[in-house]
Order: sequence, then C-alpha cells, then structure tokens
Amino acid sequence: MASESGTLTSSEYISHHLTNLTFGKLPAGTTRYDGSVVGEGGTWTFAHGTEAADMGFWAINVDTMFWSIALGLMFVWMFQKVAKSVTDGVPGNTQNFVESIIEFIDENVKSIFHHKNDLIAPLSLTIFVWIFLMNAMDLVPVDWIPFVASEMGISYMKVVPTTDVNATLGMALSVFGLIIYYSVKEKGVGGFLAELSLQPLGKWMLPFNLFLELVGLFAKPVSLALRLFGNMYAGEMIFILIALMPFWIQWILSVPWAIFHILVITLQAFIFMVLTIVYMAMAHDHH
Amino acid sequence: MNINLTIIGQAIAFAIFVIFCMKYVWPPITAALAERKKKIAEGLDAADRAERDLQLAKEKAAADMRQSKEEAAAIIEQANKRANQIIDEAKDQAREEAERVKASAQAEIEQEANRAKEALRAQVAVLAVAGAEKILEASIDEQAHAQLVEKLAAEL
Repeated sequence: MASESGTLTSSEYISHHLTNLTFGKLPAGTTRYDGSVVGEGGTWTFAHGTEAADMGFWAINVDTMFWSIALGLMFVWMFQKVAKSVTDGVPGNTQNFVESIIEFIDENVKSIFHHKNDLIAPLSLTIFVWIFLMNAMDLVPVDWIPFVASEMGISYMKVVPTTDVNATLGMALSVFGLIIYYSVKEKGVGGFLAELSLQPLGKWMLPFNLFLELVGLFAKPVSLALRLFGNMYAGEMIFILIALMPFWIQWILSVPWAIFHILVITLQAFIFMVLTIVYMAMAHDHH
Repeated sequence: MNINLTIIGQAIAFAIFVIFCMKYVWPPITAALAERKKKIAEGLDAADRAERDLQLAKEKAAADMRQSKEEAAAIIEQANKRANQIIDEAKDQAREEAERVKASAQAEIEQEANRAKEALRAQVAVLAVAGAEKILEASIDEQAHAQLVEKLAAEL
C-alpha cells in the first residue's frame, strides 16, 4: 500500500497489488521508473512498475517463488512429520487430519485411475494440498503482508502464488509433461501418434484428426493453468476492490466473499487434482 | 502478467515436492492405514469368534446342567428304592427273628412240660405204690410188684 510516492490513486493501488516482485536483468538502454537510463551491459535489479515486461523471460517472480516454496515446505514438513511417527494404532490429532486427507485423495485416485502407477496418488496429494495452501493465502487480508514487506523495504509483494500465471502454468506444464511421458511409455511413440491422428474420423481424415487432437492435447495444460489462475486472480481482484472501500464498510463485503472463497480455494485445488488424475488415466488408457 | 523463469522454478519446486511426497510421505502413511484396516478386521473377526465360543459354552453349560439334574434325579430315585428295600429287609428279618424266638420259646415250654410230666410220672408211681401199700395194708414185695407199677406209670 505504502509506496515511494506516498498517496496512491485507486488504479495505482490496484496495479501495485497485482504486480509481482520480479528480479531480472534490464537490458541496456531501458528507461527506468525514475527516468535514468540503464547503461552498457544492462543491470540486474528488482523491477519497478512495468519494468518486469522489459526483462523478458529471464526474470523471476521472487514473491511467487518464496511463498509457493514456503507453503510447499510447510506441507511436506507436516506430512513427513506424521509419516515418520505414523502408527497403526490409535492416531493422534495431526495424524488423524493427515490420514483423512490421504484417504480422501486415495479414494479419488482409485475411483478415476485404474492402472498401476505409484506416482499418481502422491502427485495428486501434492497438487491438492499445495494448491490449497497457495490459494488459502488469498484469505489473508490483502494489505497485511504487503504492508510488512514495504516496511522492510520490499516494494512489491503478491502473496497468493496462484494469482501468478507463471505458477499455475508451471504446474500445468509439469502435468502436461507427464501426460506426454506416460502416453509414450504406455502406448509407444507409434501408438501415441496413432491416437492423435487416426481418430475420431479414421485414417482418410488424418490432418483433420491431428488438428483436432492436438488442439485437445494442448488445451489440457492451458485450461488447467488458466482456470486456476483466472479464478484466483478474479477473487484476489475483488478483495482488492473491497479494500478500496471505507474501512468501516469493508467487512460487509469482505466477510461474505472470504467465506465464499473458502469454497472456491478448496474447489479449485480439487478440480486441478481431479483433472490431473483424469488426464493421467487418459494417458494410460489404450483407445 | 509476464511469462518468465518462474514457470521453470515452479515446475522444479513442484517436481521436488511430488518426489518427496512419493518417497517419504505417501508410502508409510498408506502402509499404516492398510495395517490398521487389517487390525480392525482381525479384531472384528476375533469378536465374532468369541461370541460364537460364548454361545457354544452357554449351550454346553446348559446341557451339562440338564445332564447333572437327570443324574441327581436318578441317584435320588435309586436311594429311595434302596431305602425301601432296606426297610423291607429289616422288616423281614424282624419277622424271622420274632418267629425264631417264638419257636425256641415254644420248644422250651414243651421241654419243660415233658420234664414236668416225667417228674410227675415218677412221683405217681411212688404215690401209687404207697397208695397200694396203704390200701393193702400189707407188705408187698416191692420187687415183685415194681414191674406192675412201672407198667402202670408208663400208661399214665
């Protein structure tokens, strides 16, 4: 919220909240936010304002990475702690909690995925819990963490990693990689190509089939990434808009929206997981 | 909304978490769950078996009870019979004893009577002789008449 310029207009406030903390190399000749021009050889720095766009691909969103890894570590730490002291006798509270999640995931995987693959269940567990935790950052009031960060001299801080398309796309592309890997592994290169080109209309319509199937194939990771991103981005945007209202009226809107969002964050994590399992099952199935 | 290296960073972090999960989280917990499932199944099984055993034991106890009741009844009946028998035997013995006593008493009485007769007879002879002496007032040769007197006495 607080920035160098002091007071912010509404649009500045919104765009500030939607800007990642990006670290990258500004190419030589770029005009910086303060009017200075980057000298010979470029400069490695944190982006201000729209500078992230100038950095191109070789930049990294530090806040996204930090929060996602921190939440991921929290997840594996908690689950591994339970796994280490797991007992088949009477479970403690944490174990009970973890077990209920694991059984929930296991049920879903078993009902959708009927092949033998030891990766799918842990993959689904990671997707569900990790995305849930990242989404849940949405429920932290929008100004708290950015305020603390700005007090520490960090000017941008977007705390919900899933509102960064890079994060969702990173996961979706990993899933896409697994789709390709298992399709080829289960059916062979020929089998996979046949599946892409010889249906639904038979070999005489091969180009048409190929086009159709390729669109379908690439739509999988894109829809996976954009669905999660879009939902979380929109939700975050509404929280930010609510935060622009006078403080005494905010809760009337933000409390219902937050309660509704509890459903959304769980649902989005669940959808991502279920679609991943479905795609994995499709990759294993022979058509 | 810039696509940048974060994609790869996320993919790497994702892969690491998934692999960690696959190695250290999922297997032990699911193994424990399966183990617990087995334990519960065994426990339920044992409970069923125990219930069945209990049922059998109850039936056996009831049967034993019935049998011992029957046995007890038989024993009592037998005892009653034996008691009656003993009483009958005792009665018979008593009767026999009584008869024996009576018989011996009768025999004794007869003996006494005979003895008395004998004594009477001897005295009758003497009396008769004395009477005859008196009647005849004469001395009779005792020797000559003894035979006669004795014959008389025997006829008495």
